[in-house]
Amino acid sequence: MIQLNVNGVEQSFGGEPEMPLLWYLRDVLGLTGSKFGCGIGLCGACTVHVNGQATRSCVTATRDAAGKEVTTIEGLEKSGLHPVQKAWMEINVPQCGYCQVGQIMQAAALLNGKKKPTDREIDEAMAGNICRCGTYQRIRAAIKAAAGEMT
Amino acid sequence: MSAIENGSRRRFLTGGIIAAGALVLGVRYYHKLSSGDKLPHDTNADHATLHPSVYLGIDPDGTVWIVASRSEMGTTSRTTLPLIVADELDADWKRVKIEQALGGSRYGDQNTDGSHSIRSFYDAMREAGATARFMLIQAAAQQWGVPAAECETDLHVVVHRSTKRRAGYGELATAAARLPIPKREELKLKPKSAWRYVGKGQVSYDLEALVTGKAIYGMDARVDGMVYASVEHPPVLGGKVKSYDDKEALKVAGVRQTVPIDPFQQAPAFQPLGGIAVIADNTWAAFQGRKKLNVSWDNGPNETYNSEAYKSELRATSHNPCKVVRNIGDADAVFAKGGKIYEADYYVPLLAHASMEPMVALAEFKGGKATLWAPTQNPQAVQDIVAKELGISKEDVICHVTLLGGGFGRKSKPDYVAEAAVLSKKVGRPVKVVWTREDDIKFDYYNAVASMYMRAALGANGKPTAWLQRSVFPPIPSIFDVNAVYGDPSHLQQGWTDVPYDLPNLRIENGPAKAHVRIGWLRSVANIYHAFGIQCFTDELAHAAGRDPLEYLLDLIGNPRAIDFKGVEYPNYGASMEAYPWETGRLRRVTEMVAGKSGWGKRKHGKGTGVGIAAHRSFLSYVATVVEVEVNDQGEVRIPRVDTVLDAGLVVNPEATRAQFEGAAVFGTSIVRSGEITATNGVIDQSNFQDYPVARIGEAPYQTNVYIVDSDAPPAGVGEPGVPPFVAALCNAIFAATGKRVRDLPITKLGLS
Ligand code: FES
Ligand code: FES
Repeated sequence: MIQLNVNGVEQSFGGEPEMPLLWYLRDVLGLTGSKFGCGIGLCGACTVHVNGQATRSCVTATRDAAGKEVTTIEGLEKSGLHPVQKAWMEINVPQCGYCQVGQIMQAAALLNGKKKPTDREIDEAMAGNICRCGTYQRIRAAIKAAAGEMT
Repeated sequence: MSAIENGSRRRFLTGGIIAAGALVLGVRYYHKLSSGDKLPHDTNADHATLHPSVYLGIDPDGTVWIVASRSEMGTTSRTTLPLIVADELDADWKRVKIEQALGGSRYGDQNTDGSHSIRSFYDAMREAGATARFMLIQAAAQQWGVPAAECETDLHVVVHRSTKRRAGYGELATAAARLPIPKREELKLKPKSAWRYVGKGQVSYDLEALVTGKAIYGMDARVDGMVYASVEHPPVLGGKVKSYDDKEALKVAGVRQTVPIDPFQQAPAFQPLGGIAVIADNTWAAFQGRKKLNVSWDNGPNETYNSEAYKSELRATSHNPCKVVRNIGDADAVFAKGGKIYEADYYVPLLAHASMEPMVALAEFKGGKATLWAPTQNPQAVQDIVAKELGISKEDVICHVTLLGGGFGRKSKPDYVAEAAVLSKKVGRPVKVVWTREDDIKFDYYNAVASMYMRAALGANGKPTAWLQRSVFPPIPSIFDVNAVYGDPSHLQQGWTDVPYDLPNLRIENGPAKAHVRIGWLRSVANIYHAFGIQCFTDELAHAAGRDPLEYLLDLIGNPRAIDFKGVEYPNYGASMEAYPWETGRLRRVTEMVAGKSGWGKRKHGKGTGVGIAAHRSFLSYVATVVEVEVNDQGEVRIPRVDTVLDAGLVVNPEATRAQFEGAAVFGTSIVRSGEITATNGVIDQSNFQDYPVARIGEAPYQTNVYIVDSDAPPAGVGEPGVPPFVAALCNAIFAATGKRVRDLPITKLGLS
């Protein structure tokens, strides 16, 4: 049995310990906010927080999350919207939206560590998150807007 | 009662679909439901108290239900079309609820492809809103005992002008529902000055759901008792299973069974590819089980397909006379005279869509009916293929359209949905088929590989006295007919037949090419390679003549005129030439405007930096783009700035339109930087984002400025037209920055470092 905390709730998982956290979250817990994009850590669509760190859940075995706190988009903010989500709405970032949960989780983790990231820091932190619709310039603007809100 | 009329004026053609005989009907349904009458595919709008159109219903609490009949893949059409209804109805957007339509012919065409959602449905949406408004006004006038002409609407209310009496839409719905539905001629459409939403725009109706993870994509669809499937497809198109061993696969925890799927018959069209499916309790187990399968294949004739050799074949074909598509004057006679001749070959490889959400579909076959939940651009094509595969009638195929995690044309082809349906029937349970990214890259309907040969005889001032262009590419109709080898008019029209230059001798040709993979529509389609060839060749000629590329381009476009296509097959994207003439003046205007906006010729560009320009009409929109690049000593390309000006006629949602053009620049960046699919012995070489990279944040343009021409011309496309001129302008900018001419895409072959 693997014990872990997902969005503040204690869970135990008796399935395949090698199953990537992404599929545990999606197929077993039914938390479908985190997305499958590549399965090999190249696109960031599956990004969640594990003990506060942005983590690619598609290449993280559920076993490796044992005893840890996992936060998904469903648990990013207890009530209402996180400042990053608000900024995302204000700047109207999403097109298809499929990558955006991962982008938001990555951006939220970035802003936890860096209050006022520069363009270069944003580009570095977000380099692992692909948006095929091409919303990057709005992502950058939204991160800056959220940074303004959070300070 | 429903009134259907043949809307041939609004007829549209998307490539090979013509072969399938799709004549789009302009549909104007007024289907009244009596109580208890239940349509198989009903919506809340169908059951609303006032229901004057399939697209619209109003309830006594004032809720306005608007049906989005086209798919949402990021272009905001699910919001923008209902916005037109709401505007004409004078409805309060906050009280509008949008419902996604199921697949059904009563909505008219639903194939969300070809950048025509607004163009083809603008009138239908306005009429739906105007019809309801007319009935609400009549109802209020009757209640008040005043002439309807003395009443008007304000936000969600009918107002009697002189007495200032007001009645809300909700209060009037029941009375209005008893009135006859007005004829189209009786409707009075709002004047432009009274528009609330059209031209001002609106963010996506789903915006909050998109940022909270609550939005439901195909990947997120779930029903009780469903199992998951992953399919091992034949690695070569047209291959078949010789034999297979699933012993090890069945040992994987969570794997339930394996199921063979028949290969497609004759041409692939939208049939499943065939192969072996692994059925499991969760996605991961299905993936793991599949890795343990041992399949031996009979690859079939496409085993001999190799991209390098194929490229040489295309090029060789293009160096000899081909089929003439359009001709003016006698180019050959001019070439025969000798003098200054300039020629060049351009090449664009196969391109994959790589939408962020891989192909996925959930199907439940039960009691002779199939229910699907799919991220599809084309639910009616889902109905057709699933009915055919399962041997049931189309009416027994119920297709729910989820949100799409990107589409770009790939999700117009429902092979993956058919796969889920076939498996559900075989397994006797709901089955969700999940493609891996590797499946997505290897089993796409690729944008055609194309070779273009360009030739010009240069006269005084370096202007062409004769121009020849030949393109060779495997055409999209080959997915329906394996013997189709020539470009069809609906793809040749895409920036090839209609080269807009005013030249005395002009010949346009197309040569044959046999397809060995599935070829399909990808955002902008043939315009990508056609605009690349023509707009980069133009830039080459300008430099050869020592002239400014902007001034040279304008010189070639010539004076404002409507291009005459007499005797030429030019489908004009299915629109009439009267409503949508090809106006070179509009192309000139966007070109001149983008020059102004970008500071063309006014800004200094240092070593390793440069700007490029290109102009192109596609999907009836005129677009010109200037791209600025910086190339450092390591050969790394940065794109600090893009300026683009578009004239798409009436733009209903400027905000969404800007986003589409920003996105198009990123899409184009991926094509230029790294877009390339190749095959070795018929097997696709690429598999995931490591070998089919798409632009990331630091590689994409830093700033794309989008300018929309204010126009009263009828609406044209905005989802696709940004890509073609961007690609060419970026390549022209790279030349300006480095002196290296991009003739083969992607630029990984250019040796910039
Ligand atoms: S799905 Fe995890 S990084 Fe792509
Ligand atoms: S919004 Fe579609 S992939 Fe990012």
